Amino acid sequence: MSNVPAELHYTKDHEWIKVVADGTAVIGITDHAQAALGDVTFVDLPKVGALFNHGDVFGTVESVKAASDLYSPISCEVLEANSGLNNSPDLVNREPYGGAWMIKVKVKNPAELASLLDAAGYAATL
Amino acid sequence: MSDPLSRTPLFVLHVELGGRIVPFAGWEMPVQYTGIIEEHMAVRKTAGLFDVSHMGEARVRGRDAAKFLDGIMTNEMATIKVGMARYTVMCQPDGGCVDDLIVYRLAEEEFLICLNASNASKDIAWMRAHMGSYQVEVLDECAAWAQLALQGPCAEQILALVTSTPLAPIKRFGFVFGEVAGVAGCLISRTGYTGSPGFELYLPAASAEKVARAILAAGQPHGLVPAGLGARDSLRLEANYPLYGHEISERISPIQAGLGWTVKFAKPAFIGREALHRQAQGGPSSSVVLFSLDDRRIARQGAVIFSGETPVGEVLSGTQSPILGKPIGTALVAAGHASSASLTVDIRGNRIPLHLATEPFVK
Repeated sequence: MSNVPAELHYTKDHEWIKVVADGTAVIGITDHAQAALGDVTFVDLPKVGALFNHGDVFGTVESVKAASDLYSPISCEVLEANSGLNNSPDLVNREPYGGAWMIKVKVKNPAELASLLDAAGYAATL
Repeated sequence: MSDPLSRTPLFVLHVELGGRIVPFAGWEMPVQYTGIIEEHMAVRKTAGLFDVSHMGEARVRGRDAAKFLDGIMTNEMATIKVGMARYTVMCQPDGGCVDDLIVYRLAEEEFLICLNASNASKDIAWMRAHMGSYQVEVLDECAAWAQLALQGPCAEQILALVTSTPLAPIKRFGFVFGEVAGVAGCLISRTGYTGSPGFELYLPAASAEKVARAILAAGQPHGLVPAGLGARDSLRLEANYPLYGHEISERISPIQAGLGWTVKFAKPAFIGREALHRQAQGGPSSSVVLFSLDDRRIARQGAVIFSGETPVGEVLSGTQSPILGKPIGTALVAAGHASSASLTVDIRGNRIPLHLATEPFVK
C-alpha cells in the first residue's frame, strides 16, 4: 500500500503540497506516483522566479519507462528548486515526501488550497 | 473491443514475487519486480530469470521443410545443422518484415520456430499460405510451450544446479533436449536477447512453474533475481538487438535495420529477395542508427530527429542505459544522414545532439 501522510494536501495527479504558515509551500510527488513511475532517472525543475497557475506544468519527471509532467497544485511563484535531485534523481523513489521535495513556492491565492484533496480524499482515488 | 489478455503458466508466480503486471502484446506480463535498473544490472553482473512464455512456437516438418523455409526466410535454412539454431527474418514481397525469428533444427526434416508474441498467429497464417505444393506441415505449438530465459554471467553455473544435462558442450546458438528440475523433454538453448551469456529454455507448459521455482531457489544464493520485460527491453537495446514493431516492422526492412547479414542473396529465390536486393544495391531510403545522448532526458519512441532545421527521422526505441548511465536509443534516419555528426533529437522542445554508435554498447 502507498504511504499517504495525513498532514499533506494532494492533487488527483499525484502531487503533494505541504503548506507552511508563512505563506509558502513545498511540492513533490506521492509515494504512489514514484511507485507507478519506477526508477526515476531525471527531474526537470523550473528556475527560481518562475510563475505558475493552478494546473500548469511546472516540470517533468523522467523514469526508465516514461516521462511524466508535473502539475502545479496551486498558483505560485518558485522560491527554490531542489538541486539535490540533479545528482540523485533516485531520491524520488526512496524519499518521495522527504529528500525528494521538488519546489518551494510562494502561495499566490490561498483560497485555492480548499480545492485540494486531503489524505483520506487522495487515498480514496488510489 | 479487444480480446481478453492471456496469462502464461507463470502468472501466479509473478504475482507471488511482487511483479507489476502490465498488458503486453495481448498478454499480462510482469514489467518489473523490484526495479528495472536493479534487474538489468543483475543480468549484467550475476543472473536474471525472465518468463518469455508469451513468445509463440511453430513446428515445421515434412520432406520439404528446409526447402519450404528457404523460400520464406531471408537467411539460409538448409545449412543449419541439426542441434543448431539460426536467427532469420521473414519478409513480405516489398522487403518489409513479417517477423524476425529463431529457427531450431530438430531433425533433418523438422524445425521449431520461435515467433514474436504479437505476430504468432500472423506468422503461422503466413507460413501456411506459402506452403504451395511442398510436402510440409506447419503446427501451431504456441500453447504447448512455455519459455524461460536465464541470462547473465552466472546463468550456466545456476542452470547446472538443476539439470543433469551437460551444458558445456552446447555451443552458442546450439541446443539439446534434456531434463531440467526433473522435467523431461526441455529444449535447452544457448541463446538470448540480453547481450549477456545465458540460456533459453523451452518447457512443456504444464511443468514451467515447477522449473521456474527450482531455478529461482537454486540461483538465489548466486545473485539470481526474477527479471521483467522492462529490463529485457533495456538489455536488448544496449546490445542493439532489434525489437519487432520498433527497429524492424512491416515498413522497416532487414536491410534498413542493419540486418543485411541475415539476408542471403546467394539463395536463388525467397520472398522479398528482389526488393531487398534493390535496397542493398542502391541504398535504402532510410536506415536505423544506434545512438547515445550526453543528457539526462530520454529520447522516446516518436521523438523527431533533425539535421539543422530539417526533420530527417524519428526515434524507434529509447531508454536509459544502466551500464552507460545515459540515455540510448535507435532512430530511423533518411538516407544521407545516417552517419551525420550533426543530428539532434527534439525532446520537449530541447534539441539534444545525437552521438551515433558504430558498435553495440555491450558485446
